[in-house]
Amino acid sequence: MLLARIVGTVVATTKDPRLVSSKLLLARAVDPKGKAEGNYLVAIDTVDAGVGETVLIVSGSSARMATGLKDTPVDAAIVGIVDQVDVSE
Amino acid sequence: MQMARVIGDVVATCKDPAFEGIKLMLVQPIGADGKDVGRLLVAVDSVGAGVGETVFFVRGREASYPFHPAEVPTDAGIVGIVDQYTVADLTTRS
Repeated sequence: MLLARIVGTVVATTKDPRLVSSKLLLARAVDPKGKAEGNYLVAIDTVDAGVGETVLIVSGSSARMATGLKDTPVDAAIVGIVDQVDVSE
Repeated sequence: MQMARVIGDVVATCKDPAFEGIKLMLVQPIGADGKDVGRLLVAVDSVGAGVGETVFFVRGREASYPFHPAEVPTDAGIVGIVDQYTVADLTTRS
């Protein structure tokens, strides 16, 4: 899973019917210190995350195992809001 | 599967209910020489790994299988703690 920061929202009127009423957020991967690195991605929100929060994103077919995403066409889902990251090395 | 060092942990209160009681660890994939390879990631732990240990982890939806029949939405999971390994030049590391 990735650590990422929510940087925006995505609105799409025309989309797969199974995505109706899903919240789409724009996220960017971050390192444990919060520094942005890497790509932006669009992820489905399952935990009521908001812009500026650090979240956990699950990608690939595992994203469909998140709550409410069974049989939906997604490959990235936000499954946790990160309170704290401890790096011991 | 890939080897990695456990370098830290992640705390999340608001999360998918399937994660309840499961440890989230920060892991840095490593190569045979023990050096970092690629980006670090967050993996669920099913074997009781701790910070500083060398582990191997699985990617993809198979990462949730240790918790079967629970459907844990994860794409990376620690499935073993490495005691030691040997590479082709017969050096042993632990």
